[in-house]
Amino acid sequence: MDVEILARVQFAFTIMFHYIYAPLSIGIGVVLVIMESLWLKTGNPKFHNMARFWTRIFALTFAIGVATGIVMQFEFGTNWATYSRFVGDIFGSVLAAEGIFAFFLESGFLAILLFGWNKVGPKFHYFATWMVCLGAHFSAIWIVIANSWMQTPAGFHLERTVNGVPEILPKGHVLTDADLGSVRAVVDDFWAILFNPSSMDRLTHVILGAWMAGAFLVISISAYYILRQRHLEFAKSSMRVGLAFGALATFLQIFVSAPDTAEGVLKNQPVKLAAMEGVFKTEPYTPMALFGWVDTENNRVIGPQIPGMLSFLSYGNFEQPVTGLLDLPPDEFLIPRYPQASPEELKEIRRGYWPKVNFTFQVYHLMISIGMALLGIIIVALFFWWRGWLFNAEWWVSRWFLVVLILSVLGPQIANQAGWFTAEIGRQPWVVYEMLKTSDALSKVVRAEEVLASLILFAAVYLLLFLLFIYTLNRKIAHGPDDEESSEEMPASWKAVIRQDNKLNH
Amino acid sequence: MDLNIIWFVLVGILFTGYAMLDGFDLGVGALHLFVKKDEHRRLMLNAIGPVWDGNEVWLVVGGGALFAAFPEAYATVLSGFYLPFMLLLVSLIFRGVAIEFRSKEEWAWWRSMWDVAFSAGSVLSAFLIGVAMGNIVRGIPLGPDFEFTGRVLDLLNPYALFMGVTTVLLFMMHGAIYVSMKTEGEMQAIVRGWIPRLIGLFLVAFFLFNIYTLIEVPWVLETVRQRPWIIFVAVASVLIALNIPREIHKGREFSAFLSSCAVMALMMVTFGLTYFPHMVLSSPDVANSLTIYNAASSQKTLGITLTFAIIGFPLVLTYTVCVYYIFRGKVILTKHSY
Repeated sequence: MDVEILARVQFAFTIMFHYIYAPLSIGIGVVLVIMESLWLKTGNPKFHNMARFWTRIFALTFAIGVATGIVMQFEFGTNWATYSRFVGDIFGSVLAAEGIFAFFLESGFLAILLFGWNKVGPKFHYFATWMVCLGAHFSAIWIVIANSWMQTPAGFHLERTVNGVPEILPKGHVLTDADLGSVRAVVDDFWAILFNPSSMDRLTHVILGAWMAGAFLVISISAYYILRQRHLEFAKSSMRVGLAFGALATFLQIFVSAPDTAEGVLKNQPVKLAAMEGVFKTEPYTPMALFGWVDTENNRVIGPQIPGMLSFLSYGNFEQPVTGLLDLPPDEFLIPRYPQASPEELKEIRRGYWPKVNFTFQVYHLMISIGMALLGIIIVALFFWWRGWLFNAEWWVSRWFLVVLILSVLGPQIANQAGWFTAEIGRQPWVVYEMLKTSDALSKVVRAEEVLASLILFAAVYLLLFLLFIYTLNRKIAHGPDDEESSEEMPASWKAVIRQDNKLNH
Repeated sequence: MDLNIIWFVLVGILFTGYAMLDGFDLGVGALHLFVKKDEHRRLMLNAIGPVWDGNEVWLVVGGGALFAAFPEAYATVLSGFYLPFMLLLVSLIFRGVAIEFRSKEEWAWWRSMWDVAFSAGSVLSAFLIGVAMGNIVRGIPLGPDFEFTGRVLDLLNPYALFMGVTTVLLFMMHGAIYVSMKTEGEMQAIVRGWIPRLIGLFLVAFFLFNIYTLIEVPWVLETVRQRPWIIFVAVASVLIALNIPREIHKGREFSAFLSSCAVMALMMVTFGLTYFPHMVLSSPDVANSLTIYNAASSQKTLGITLTFAIIGFPLVLTYTVCVYYIFRGKVILTKHSY
């Protein structure tokens, strides 16, 4: 195996593992803010208890998220040194901003969130919870901006440095092998980098996905308690919070963010969109495949298709064609790169600028299917809640639905990963879109054996971490919340928050 | 004073902050197996419990700042030190999660397993950081394209290894002082018993390290000849190091801790003043060295990131001071402690 594939597998593996935890800490972060708000607002100790329990779950996901996050910060330099030299001016500064504005905020207030119950008053604790939640969101903001810049670069020019003298290259300069190491992207307009064409769409999409991950974890664990008839009061309240938050996130994701994101891909990365949908021929009434298999030999999709649907979703009318892969990337892109090539040759060359079409198609459709399933689950759950069936563990239908809810935690996790696969596989062969190829971005001095060694090391360590995570999470769930608000747990100053009417009810 | 110099200083401040803060976490890890009772081990863990994670952020942000301000140095060092760096990352992961998982079960084998992971991870992290620093000081072979041209084994030269050991000893001393500041009674008595020996060991290593540097790294002596005032800083660091036993003797742990921080800071200042304007020194081919100019991002980026730093640093200092203030005083074990 060569360095490229090993380095890509290593990056994919380490980021995927990290991405189990990062969205959870964003999503549960919001849940914690909601619960503490309810506690301070109502003065009902039940909500204090909920905040305590979910903070323990949060702490676990956060610890692994941080530990695996450090790796990401350095992996650009270790495995992708040429990339780092090329984009350091832009990408590096965005990463630095993430560190300064997000990580310090998050980790500083995390200490108070986790260990501050007896050290600070309820209001200050509430403030710390907000800050941790904000920090997690800031982190997502900066890193998604950095990634989006790679997808849709903006606000920069290319510069070649020879003997320490920089020379600005004209717009549209095509990188050659000789340019690697001496040419770099240099910032022109920082605001254009921040608000590059895809950053806001993708950021919304990522954050809503993270909210869904957090909400469905809460829903799942609460459903388990209800099914088992344990900690019922706690579980019902948690379920209500999780469901309300999950419903909000899911509706926004599917009805607002998803169409926006797809539209953005259509506009900014037509090759990726064509691969996602398996469109080869540019034809009016472009059909949309619901599912299927892409036959890349014959340039077609085998599976049920709705005629004109993709045209309609893309442009609002059934007729306007969506450009297919056979015309992508367009001649204007290819001809400056291959001025000598005949139209026949261009046909073959063109394929070299496609991602793996079937793979992109499948992961994209997996994400869509799971999104739809989650939407269905949310609608049924809201209906059951409204009818008063949701918490009825006597009725077999409700019981089975609770089982579905327990399993639903996997949904956002798989969809989030599949979505990132779509985004990252779908933009290949580029690491910086239409500028730097992934195969040119590697570290020149790192050998395949070294990457293989580190990959094996990470695989072993992360597998162990994952098993421990599941084990510990399971233990925490089995232990459950502290059944009652025991008086020794809550410091005296916090008791002032408890309202008289709640005390009587309790 | 240009932006490149400012960023040289800022990156230095971040890594110094990392050494002063995570230094005691790693030191506590290195000392961990020397205490036998579970209760004492828990006290040591909980002494760093609320802060270790924030301390590690200094490393992450230091890395980010290096990437932003001096991408060539970031790329050269990380790809050049590939395997040691991967090992460092895995060590840091292990010691971090060990703190989290250790307390989850009471079983003796479980706890001792995590104790070993925590301690080995900490020692290895400190050691590898030292080895990396040693190589940076000594200089590494770079090609005209600033790519590392040596082999992994070259990085394990005796000088760098010695710097690794010195770093472990420095962090152990620092960690012991921190623990004695954060605990009382029996635990404190144990750790106070170690401090004089740890200080002694560190001072010997530190002294030998300075001599070794003068012999092994020729450019240091040359630079000191050109910038003789560096000697004052170096002497100050030695004097402050000698002040640590004095403060401990008088029972002033906090002053001892500050002195220990000051020693680290002055060591970094000495290094920075001598190394300037280099980022990564190339040896033997000095012409291929990365400096704060040829390794840097554009002036515009340095300016933008400086704005981030100006907004961010006061905030960061506020959180850090706040957290240390809130968690001041001696550690008390509760139900939810590690």
